Amino acid sequence: MDKTLRRGPERQLGVKNDTKSVFFININVNSLCVCVCVCVCVCVCVCGLQYDLSASTFSPDGRVFQVEYAMKAVENSSTAIGIRCKDGIVFGVEKLVLSKLYEEGSNKRIFNIDRHVGMAVAGLLADARSLAEVAREEASNFRSNYGHDIPLKHLSDRVAMYVHAYTLYSAVRPFGCSFILGSYNKDDGAQLYMVDPSGISYGYWGCAIGKAKQAAKTEIEKLQMREMTCRELVKEVAKIIYIVHDEVKDKAFELELSWVGEVTNGRHELVPKDIKEEAEKYAKDSLEEEDDSDEDNM
Amino acid sequence: MLGEAEPQWLSEEVKTGTTIIAIEFNGGVVLGSDSRVSAGESVVNRVMNKLSPLHDKIYCALSGSAADAQTIAEMVNYQLDVHSMEIGEDPLVRSAATLVKNISYKYKEELSAHLIVAGWDRRGGGQVFATLKGLLTRQPFAVGGSGSSYVYGFVDAEYRKGMNKKECQQFVVNTLSLAMNRDGSSGGVAYLVTIDEHGTEEKVILGNDLPTFFDQ
Repeated sequence: MDKTLRRGPERQLGVKNDTKSVFFININVNSLCVCVCVCVCVCVCVCGLQYDLSASTFSPDGRVFQVEYAMKAVENSSTAIGIRCKDGIVFGVEKLVLSKLYEEGSNKRIFNIDRHVGMAVAGLLADARSLAEVAREEASNFRSNYGHDIPLKHLSDRVAMYVHAYTLYSAVRPFGCSFILGSYNKDDGAQLYMVDPSGISYGYWGCAIGKAKQAAKTEIEKLQMREMTCRELVKEVAKIIYIVHDEVKDKAFELELSWVGEVTNGRHELVPKDIKEEAEKYAKDSLEEEDDSDEDNM
Repeated sequence: MLGEAEPQWLSEEVKTGTTIIAIEFNGGVVLGSDSRVSAGESVVNRVMNKLSPLHDKIYCALSGSAADAQTIAEMVNYQLDVHSMEIGEDPLVRSAATLVKNISYKYKEELSAHLIVAGWDRRGGGQVFATLKGLLTRQPFAVGGSGSSYVYGFVDAEYRKGMNKKECQQFVVNTLSLAMNRDGSSGGVAYLVTIDEHGTEEKVILGNDLPTFFDQ
């Protein structure tokens, strides 16, 4: 048995002995091998077929699969939204709590980049943390060289360039996180930019990243954010996060809220506890109202 | 061979002895300088323009060692060009002054130049910054160079807040004239640069057109 099994399949086919069962096993193994090969081929055909092995390779239809896979990593993470209003920016993050043993407020997903700049992230948290460090260094160097706050467009361009650099080489993988940058100052007003793993950055009035980004975008589009103030917007942001949170799949979550605007004198801060509680209460009440109104219709 | 000394201007460092002044008004700044470059006791250049552009609406006034000051001005001019392209808009006067300050401070042992940076930008209007020996401070007006010692009294007494453009220009010309009269290292003609929202205006006032005071 040992001898026959050790030899390659082609040899087995030629051997005719009492090991008919072995023969069949071999055939089966062969066909299994073939089946597996076909399966693998089919799977890879759908995805990349060897064009997805490194970021330095294009596919025949002009895609860089590694970057697209990085964006899928972002879609696996929970939602983060940022909205710009007439006098500031508000960030809201749905932070899923995987265990009751976690300390409240740990693993923050909103970072302070400079006094006047905040960053909300979605995707691989470790990648996001290292990018936050990069952004901090950029902002700090700018301040040291030029003597004033870094303009947000410039910061977002610089960090986007850095993220893009990691999509060019096979020796590194792209960053698996998207992030939203927001700032406020008296002269330029409120600004909001989003950077994704491909290294593009766009300016927005409102944007969402993460698993429920489509649903969140729909809700954001309903808002008249250009006429709202930060205080009104905080409640709406909390409400959107509560709406897009999936009670069935993900159980407990912590809402992280932060803002920067005229109300904070241009400093990026976490929303104070009392305002946050008020916003969460408003969000929960609105959800109940909607549930009630659904029942009435029925 | 004995007793034959080398001409002084070969051995002395070339300094822009100088009087320089910059003052801000509501909506812009006025910069002024004399035009004498001396090497010891010889005048090497009697018509040098010591007001050097750093950007369209930001100028600096040079004093101290001529080479050091010019080099700093050229370096900062280049850096501001790159910076304004990166941020996509005109640079702030504070950025220009910070760049000058960073060089002056980092090389403060090797350099001996004092630049006064003044200009107009969208955010802060007219601004004047002094960067002596690596400090950075914003002031309503600033004087510098060897001739400035002779006119501190005059500027302190005559400066008033809220002067308009014409009054500022007259103030600058008067100050330069007095300093050039008393300081051996300042003289020649007076250069004036006025910067405001609408543009930059350069003017030369020849020696005989300068205002005269007691004993002139």
